[in-house]
Amino acid sequence: MTLSPLSQRRLAVFRAHRRGVWALRIFAVLFAVSLFAEFIANDRPLLIRFDGHWFVPVLHDYAESDFGPGFLPTEADYTDPTLRAAIAAHGFAIWPLIPYHYDTIAQNLAAPAPSPPSWRHPLGTDDAARDVLARVIYGFRTSVLFGFALTIAASAIGIAAGAVQGFYGGLTDLLFQRFIEIWNGMPQLFLLIILSAIITPGFWVLLGFLLLFSWMNLTGVVRAEFLRGRNLEYVRAARALGVSDLGVMFRHILPNAMVASLTYLPFILSGSVTVLASLDFLGFGLPPGSPSLGELVAQGRDNLQAPWLGITAFCVLGGLLVLLIFIGEAVRDAFDPRRQVS
Amino acid sequence: MDGATDRVGARTVPPLLDVRGLKKHFPIHGGVLGGVTARVHAVDGVSFSIAKGETLSLVGESGCGKSTVGRLVLRLIAPTAGEVLLDGERIDTLPAARLRMVRSRMQVVFQDPFSSLNPRLRVREILAEPIRNFGLARGRADLEKRIFALMDKVRLPREAIDRLPHEFSGGQRQRIGIARALATDADLIVCDEAVSALDVSVKAQIVNLLADLQAELGLSLLFISHDLAIVEHMTHRVAVMYLGRIVEIAPRAALFARPAHPYTRALLSAVPVPDPTALRRHVPLTGDVPSPIHPPAGCHFHTRCPHAFDRCRSEAPVLSPRGPDHMAACHLAE
Repeated sequence: MTLSPLSQRRLAVFRAHRRGVWALRIFAVLFAVSLFAEFIANDRPLLIRFDGHWFVPVLHDYAESDFGPGFLPTEADYTDPTLRAAIAAHGFAIWPLIPYHYDTIAQNLAAPAPSPPSWRHPLGTDDAARDVLARVIYGFRTSVLFGFALTIAASAIGIAAGAVQGFYGGLTDLLFQRFIEIWNGMPQLFLLIILSAIITPGFWVLLGFLLLFSWMNLTGVVRAEFLRGRNLEYVRAARALGVSDLGVMFRHILPNAMVASLTYLPFILSGSVTVLASLDFLGFGLPPGSPSLGELVAQGRDNLQAPWLGITAFCVLGGLLVLLIFIGEAVRDAFDPRRQVS
Repeated sequence: MDGATDRVGARTVPPLLDVRGLKKHFPIHGGVLGGVTARVHAVDGVSFSIAKGETLSLVGESGCGKSTVGRLVLRLIAPTAGEVLLDGERIDTLPAARLRMVRSRMQVVFQDPFSSLNPRLRVREILAEPIRNFGLARGRADLEKRIFALMDKVRLPREAIDRLPHEFSGGQRQRIGIARALATDADLIVCDEAVSALDVSVKAQIVNLLADLQAELGLSLLFISHDLAIVEHMTHRVAVMYLGRIVEIAPRAALFARPAHPYTRALLSAVPVPDPTALRRHVPLTGDVPSPIHPPAGCHFHTRCPHAFDRCRSEAPVLSPRGPDHMAACHLAE
């Protein structure tokens, strides 16, 4: 596929934006790494050689009885010293870089939890004796995936809503605008507190709930573009040519609105990450025990004697948001028609 | 051609397009509750007809409602009152689903060749869209064949098929616009200031192209323009509009030779003549076009008419015959 000269120019401006490009590279690497969190931080070995057989505990569940007659047919616990000794006697195990899952409770700590950074726990442990580095890797992944899911879903709804408003205009637009104003005034946080008093919100419930209120981000921009776009002559021509309303909206007007929308996306993404972190911090977010950056911030506040918790949370969350904002700035500049490649 | 034989088709054959008493008033909202505080009388009772293969030019100053007439005929906007008949069938009251089928029979060429083409679509896609919409092509090969045929009709080189609109000149873009209007085998094409944005030389090319296409395909054209000089070369009949009403409608030769309405005379005297020695009687118009929100009572033109008398201020003149097929709305000549 060949890019249009405009897209080529935008790509060139983006590439010339060194800070943005580096932020994108670092973010891509971190995100890719966190996608494979199970292979990096896990309390199961990657590979076991036992009596001439290969086992892949990362991908499969095995019973302990698979590793000798002396064990019970329960799910294998690879942190169990007896099982480890049996595996070491009959073969070997290859462990991930960080031999802890986000919910593994570390045994034999040198200091009471939260214990300070050590060779075994480079970022220390939290107050439930779980490895902070493992939790950060999983928490990063949850944050980014949640952010992406919320951004994509909210943008899709927001663009559709804005398109309908701007395209039909008139009474539709008027009623819709008033509805958005009322909806915007809903006390989100209190509703969420009420919700979490009734059920324990999981990933999807939380996503759906935040979606109810975050789709309005893009509506205004898209509405404005459609109000302008519906009077363009080629849009009028398209209607005379018998193009259906949906066809006119998506084929002829939406591409104009996409520039404005794309410019907003990285900022919506960083906003979504922040929202999840703040809800987790307040305890209204993901269920207790889930790895989350917001929960780590809360732990840092509760354990001021263990500064590594707070500092880690600050660096990871701050770093992630800074990366996203740098990417966002580069994208915004790339779509800025006044910006020239220097 | 002289005035009487300018008409193509006899009176007994129903015209392709028949417009009767067409009105469009745009409401102006204001006040605390957003109620209608005033109305713009953009089109205020317009009637005309176009026979098959005929060109009717609608001329007038900007703001006289001529483009609104075009959009009403195409049913891009709904009329406030009046009837639009295409081949004897009323299209102003058709439901949306039926209207879509009628749309294939009337097409439009817009003024600005730079904004009337979607800058993101290639020529192939621009021309394929109407063909697909009305299901006119059988398969990909047939679609491509039709696109090439359209490009040939408007004298665009075939190798331009995968180019984007910005790679063309204004005249070429207007050719793409015309090809798009031809794509549905329309009977009627509304040219809304179709050549006004072009250079003089290109203007002539496009006018000639339209005339050739009309002869070749038997098209009817509603040619909306503010430029009488261009109209003179290509039209069968001319309708002159002033402030939402037709003040004179006549075969071309009759209108240019014997204009009956003072406004038409003023317009004609404003057409530049490329001969510095020519002696001309100049009819200057003073003042501005009155606001269509509060059009003057009686004859709309009386505020600027050099011959206005008392009756013009109170009673609106109706179109009355002035010659074969020649009608004018003026108290003066009655």
